Amino acid sequence: MILRLLMIFLALACPALAEEEVVAGLSQNRVAITANFDGSEILIFGAVKRESPPPGTGPLQVVITVAGPSQPIVVRRKEKRFGIWINTDAVEVDSAPSFYAVATSGPMNEVLKDIEDLRYKISIPRAIRSVGAPMNIADSAAFTDALIRIRSKKGLYQLDANTVNVAEETLFDTSIALPANLTEGSYTARIFLTRSGSVVAAHERTIDVQKVGLERWLFNLAHETPLAYAILTLVIAISAGWGASAIFKYLRS
Amino acid sequence: MQIYLPIAEVSVNAFLLLGLGGIVGILSGMFGVGGGFLITPLLFFIGITPSVAVATGAAQLVAASFSGVLTQFRRKAVDLRMGTVLLVGGLLGAGLGIQLFNMLRAMGQVDLLVQLSYVVFLGLIGALMFYESLRAILRTRRPGAKVVRHKHNWIHNLPFKMKFRTSGLYISVIPPIVVGLLVGILAAIMGVGGGFIMVPAMIYLLGMPTKVVVGTSLFQIIFVTAFTTIMHATTNHTVDMMLAVLLLIGGVVGAQIGTQLGGRLKAEQLRILLALMVLAVCGKLALDLLLQPTELYSLGDIAR
Repeated sequence: MILRLLMIFLALACPALAEEEVVAGLSQNRVAITANFDGSEILIFGAVKRESPPPGTGPLQVVITVAGPSQPIVVRRKEKRFGIWINTDAVEVDSAPSFYAVATSGPMNEVLKDIEDLRYKISIPRAIRSVGAPMNIADSAAFTDALIRIRSKKGLYQLDANTVNVAEETLFDTSIALPANLTEGSYTARIFLTRSGSVVAAHERTIDVQKVGLERWLFNLAHETPLAYAILTLVIAISAGWGASAIFKYLRS
Repeated sequence: MQIYLPIAEVSVNAFLLLGLGGIVGILSGMFGVGGGFLITPLLFFIGITPSVAVATGAAQLVAASFSGVLTQFRRKAVDLRMGTVLLVGGLLGAGLGIQLFNMLRAMGQVDLLVQLSYVVFLGLIGALMFYESLRAILRTRRPGAKVVRHKHNWIHNLPFKMKFRTSGLYISVIPPIVVGLLVGILAAIMGVGGGFIMVPAMIYLLGMPTKVVVGTSLFQIIFVTAFTTIMHATTNHTVDMMLAVLLLIGGVVGAQIGTQLGGRLKAEQLRILLALMVLAVCGKLALDLLLQPTELYSLGDIAR
């Protein structure tokens, strides 16, 4: 038992003790959502710092993930009842990132072992945490698949194999597209160096995605003083309605 | 030009929203319906969640109806007294509707409720209006046929009678309050002003003259939708001001054009046009329920 604990500890501590380290940079540390925001691109680049020549245990591979804030979500399925399609079964997914992108320097199954994926929660299905479906639903996996399918279609979940460029086992870079329908929050970019599918070094950076200017002001107003916000909306609505009527009346006379 | 909506949290084309508002505005001016029955499904279609679409649609309707009602006031086509009675029922109904909406949202059945309500109400009313206006047109083609307007039915035997001078009616306040209540519930659930149900109810049930129906329904819609907007904004934070402003800029311009067009058409032609449009929307929504959707799964927020 103690031996096993010790092994787990060693295994966990391993990346920190490795002789290779990641030095990384981002093209931007914060993404501002302005009124005319229609997506953005983040460039992630870096280098591998090492004291000794690269070990010969397989080529150096890089896996980069960018994850948005996680939220619980309900996935519902429609079934034909009484002749019409209605929502019947529902599965609550405990935590799913609002955005998730994985970029790798090679095919997923070559750059990362399953066990490492399980530990670091790198691939898209692993990044989603679903503890248990209700007893009456046998195929709960279909619900998580649907979540991934729907979000992938919207560009919110991306798996981009072979998009990280690695040069001379030292320099790497990739770019990750952020779609226009982005939600706010603290995003994390993780960079993993792997050799023969095992993670040898890891590094983490945060990217702040925030609404700014008018967007920020409206959002705060709507959540902090909703009554004032509602009245302001109505005043704007009514004055626009009245204004248009007055202009038309003037034009006609 | 893409624009990011702060509450809906999606990026959409600003001109698309302006155009949408414009089309709906024209309808609003022509028929005295708020056009909410078109704008809410259209907003779903461009990727805005049902709760934001319903709440924001209500805010947009306030503006569209306001510019419409001013024009109707100038024509003296608003029965203020009847409007106020309808409004009392409307506010009660809207309060109830919001409760129901939030309850069903937690159960994940709000889309179904919205769609089913649309199909049932639009189908019934569209068919009724189409039939009635077709008969009216045929009647005018055959000269000499007698037009019977005021039929004496059970409605005239109810208590609490009140004189509505503008409409030339002396009836109980109970039917208008019930009509208002029903429309208020629909306003909160479906994000509609309820004109499409109120206009026929006023004509066929209350026997009001067609001339004042449009103005009076617009008058009532303004207050009910304003109330719904405030309720949605304070309980769910789902009113998107940016979206509402874009829709209403298109909407107010459209409403003015619509009111002009409406003045030139005959009442029967107007009604048959509206009936056809109502039936078309109904058919589209019914198909959505009957045919197998391409994506069987959908995502929703966890209810709090």
